[in-house]
This record gives sequence, C-alpha cells and structure tokens, in this order.
Amino acid sequence: MKKKNELLYFALRNTKLRIGLIIILFFVALTFVGPLFTTFQPLDYVNPRGPEPPSGEYWLGTTMFGQDVFTQVVYGLRATFFVGLIGGGLGTLIGVVVGFTAGYRGGVVDEVLTMITNIVLVIPALAVLLIIAAYLKVRGVLVESLFIACFAWPWAARAIRAQTFSLRTREFVDLAKLTGMKDRKIIFTEIAPNMLSYLVLVFILQFGGAILTAAALDFIGLGPTDSISLGLMMNNAVLWGALLLGMWWWFLPPGLAITAIVGALYVMNVGLDEVFNPKLREM
Amino acid sequence: MGRYFRRKIAIYLLTFFIAVSIDWLIPRFMPGNPVDIMLARMGTRGPAAAEAMRSYFVQAFGLDVPIGQQYLNFWNALLHGDLGRSVYLFPQPVTKVILDAVPYDIALLVPAILLSWYAGNKFGAFAARNKRLDNTILPLGYILTATPYMWLAILLAWLFGIVLRLLPISGAYSYAIAQPGFNWTFISSFLQHWILPFASLFLVGFGGWAIGMRNMIIYELEADYSHYLEALGAPRKLIRRYAYRNGILPQITGLALQLGVIVAGALATEIVFAYPGIGYLILQAINNQDYFLLQGCFLFIIIGVLIANFTIDIIYVMVDPRTRTGLQGEGSR
Repeated sequence: MKKKNELLYFALRNTKLRIGLIIILFFVALTFVGPLFTTFQPLDYVNPRGPEPPSGEYWLGTTMFGQDVFTQVVYGLRATFFVGLIGGGLGTLIGVVVGFTAGYRGGVVDEVLTMITNIVLVIPALAVLLIIAAYLKVRGVLVESLFIACFAWPWAARAIRAQTFSLRTREFVDLAKLTGMKDRKIIFTEIAPNMLSYLVLVFILQFGGAILTAAALDFIGLGPTDSISLGLMMNNAVLWGALLLGMWWWFLPPGLAITAIVGALYVMNVGLDEVFNPKLREM
Repeated sequence: MGRYFRRKIAIYLLTFFIAVSIDWLIPRFMPGNPVDIMLARMGTRGPAAAEAMRSYFVQAFGLDVPIGQQYLNFWNALLHGDLGRSVYLFPQPVTKVILDAVPYDIALLVPAILLSWYAGNKFGAFAARNKRLDNTILPLGYILTATPYMWLAILLAWLFGIVLRLLPISGAYSYAIAQPGFNWTFISSFLQHWILPFASLFLVGFGGWAIGMRNMIIYELEADYSHYLEALGAPRKLIRRYAYRNGILPQITGLALQLGVIVAGALATEIVFAYPGIGYLILQAINNQDYFLLQGCFLFIIIGVLIANFTIDIIYVMVDPRTRTGLQGEGSR
C-alpha cells in the first residue's frame, strides 16, 4: 500500500506527466462535450456562402463546401481516440500475448513466434494497409483500427519478450517454481506485476502510433468513407487547394489536434518512465 | 557471424515471399471483385464494351486459369520484372512507371534519413543532462516527433510557399523545364523543389532521434560502469563518450524499426508537394483505381525496406564489437 502512495506522490509531482495528462484530458473533454456546442453535422453543408474564415457563427471557419470546421474537428477527435484505443489497445494485447508466450515458453515456440514477429516487423504497415484499404469499398473506423492493430504489435512483442526473458530467470520465479506454483499463477502473480509499468508505457506508445498511422492512411485517401476524421480533413484541404487559397483555418486545426494529442502522450510516457524508474528522476 | 547473416537473409527472403503472397492474395480474396470495381469506375459505354473490358481484365489478372496456376504465373511474371500494365498511364508497364519514380524517392529519403539520424543523435547526446537545453529545446523535439509528417509538410508549404513566397511547393522541378537533364537550370530548380519535402522529413526524424538519444544517454550515465568511471576520477567527457558509444547501438536498431514509419511519412509528404515519387504514384493509383500500379508500388516499397534493413544489419555488425567477435549482441536475433 505504501508503494502505491509513493508512486502516486511522484506521479502528481512530475511536471511532464501533469502537462501531458492535462492536454489529453482537455481533448477527451472536447470529444465528449464538443458536440453539445455545435448544432451542425460534420459532413453537412451548413454555410451557404461556402468557405469563410473563423467567425462567431462558425468558430473555426468553414470548408470549401461550407462544412463547419469546428464540428469536423470535434467529430474527427472521436475517430482519433477510437483508433488509438482500439488499434493501440489491440496492438498492445497481441504484442503482450506473443511476447509473453515467446519469452516464457522459450524453445521452439519462441523460435517460431520470434520469426513471425521479425517478419511482420520488417513489412511496412502502411504499405499493406494501403492495398487492403484500396480494395475495401466501404471503410469504417473500426475496420481501420483492427487492421492497424494487426501490423502494430511486433515491436511491442519483441520488447516484452526480452523483458519476460530476463524476469523468467530471476530467483523469485525459480522459487515460485520450486514451490510447485502453476505456470499461469507464476505469470500473473510473479511476472506480470513486475512488468505492469512497462506495459503501460507500451500501451501509450501504441496508442500514439495507431493515431499517426490512421492519420497517414486517411490523408492518402483511404480513410473512413462514412464519417470524418482528422486525417481526412487534411486530405480534403490539400485536395481542394486550401493551401493555394490560403484557407489556413481548414488545415491547421486537425494537424494541431493530432500533434498535441500524440505529443502529450509521448511526454506522459517519459513522465511515467521517471515515476516508475527512480534512476531517471530529475535531481 | 556467418550464422547471423544466414538467419537474417532467411528471414528477409521469407518476408519477401510472404509480401508477394499478400500482394497476390488481397485482390483475389477481398470482398468485391477488382475487375467489377474497375469496370464500374470506368463507366464503360454499352454492354459490348463492358464485356470486352471484362475479358481483358480477367486475362490481365490471369483469372482464367486454376488458382494454383495463377499463383505460379504471378511469381513467374514477377521474376521477369513484369508487374502488368498501368491503367492510369496506359499502356506503360508498371515496372517502368515505378522505376521512373524511384530516383526521386531515393533523392528524398536517403539524405533525410541519414542526416536526421546523425544530427538527432548528436544533438540528443549533447542535450542530455543539460538542464537549460533539456527544458527549452527538447520539448520542441517532442512536438516534432509527434507531428504527422503531412501536417508539417503542409505547414512548411504554406509558410514558405504561400505566405513568404520563397520556395515552390509543387513537383520535383519547374514545369517550364520540359526534360530533366544534367544542367544547371535543372539542378537548381530540382534543389529548390527538393528542400521543403526534405525539410519536413528531416525535422520529424530529427525530433525523434534527439529524444531517443537523450533518454539513452541518461540511462547510460546512470549505469554502474559510468558511476565506476566517475569514482575513478575519469573526465566527464570520456564518460559521455562511452555513453554515446553504448547509446548508438539501440539507435541503429531503432532506425531499422522506424523504416516503415519513415517510408509512410515520405509517401504522405510526397502527396503534399506533388513530388513525383512512389507516394505520389500511390495517390494516382488509388484515385484511378489502378490496382496493378498500386500492387507494384507495394512490392517496390517492400524491396526497398528489405534492402535498407539488410544494410543496417551489416552496419550493426561493423559497429558492435560483440557481434564482430562472434559473441551474440543485442541485435543478433
């Protein structure tokens, strides 16, 4: 119990963690509360005058076709967090299962799993996602997240395998084995608690990575066909010459939101690392 | 060491085999027949024309023979450098279309990857445990590495191309130049068009490597050997040099891990600047439902990444004394 309090103490004192958390919470809040502040739908053509810079009526201006940018950002954030949560979460889960199994079992199982990991690791995820997405006529955010997860897990699996490998040979695991503890119990009560902090860091990085991959995919024009996303907004902006027309309000907000979220995640990651690992704390 | 390379090559060959198989599988087993999609998108005139197009496409995809034979034919054609014909630039062969684009990718990617890696590592090592730099410039590193490539590209294009009107933001050289050639007009125009896409790739990479190296150095400076050296009274500079040499190894492995992400970033950046590399081809292929071209681009990306990975492996062995002397280093798996 004392350990937890100590961690919490360092967590609350850590500036990096605090800043990151505040930014993330702000955007999460915007995702939930934002739709209440807008009466428009993201894909509706609401401004009869077409493109207009930010004003009292349209907070972040309107697109080439008179769609409200603020509404698009708010609904796009929803897609972003969804991809991060599902894509990053599932990517972490696959990585944990593969890495754990490989590291704990060793032998042939390890050889095979490591080989699969290395193969998927080398294949550039976006290239495969491109040809898969190009053949899908209807694309949703869920399918996108699932596919991203399928190619995002290898580095996590590799890192977790290495961690499990080193934990497996520690004395306390040997002791547990000597006492006749079952494998599953050893994994959950002896090894997992020692890796928990590491898993949190992996999840945060997977979360951010999934968001960036989705943004790239959407930007290339293979994003969701039935809804809006931040990457798709940038795709539309570039496609319809927002750059040449100087319509900065169209392409600045979506990229800014992604950068802020992913940047906050990275900063949080370092902050958490310092909380978990006393050696890294600033003196 | 021979065993190490044999394993690596085996993995890469297997990866290539699987990638080619994916390339073959996806068009055939995805919902929706690509032939139908292509016909629908092309909006052929009249049933006779549609039928002619269909039989052409069925033949072109080689769909009129048993499935096993189709697979073998695919490999056979591939090994002869035949990736079909582009629909978007009909009747040019896909191989030629892509080979025309590859030099632009190399000109963009190789300098961006190498320079950002080198500069990022140097800067990160310099900034580590330096309170002032740590608090001022490293937050910038976090912002840079979190920036989606295309957004930074858009920002740079907007700032330097539209607001300041300093640099061109579209194409690889001026549209006034009819034929690329080895003359000053072309080279200066090429460089002007190259600088912004290069800068966006460089900056995102730079941030990531700087942060990685900074964290690595801090780990190393807290390691027992550093404290021991310190206790022995070794100069600070020497300790940091050892830390750098240790920190550089994971950064080399990191480069291999990041390749896919960097390539993806380059694709998006090329789209922003209408830079005629593979990324731009992919956009055209998607917009024109040019599946042969898309699949060809996929294969070329895989081949490029595999070659780059193998190069990094060789460099790793040369840099890491443990693998050099036959001991198993960290990257030897």
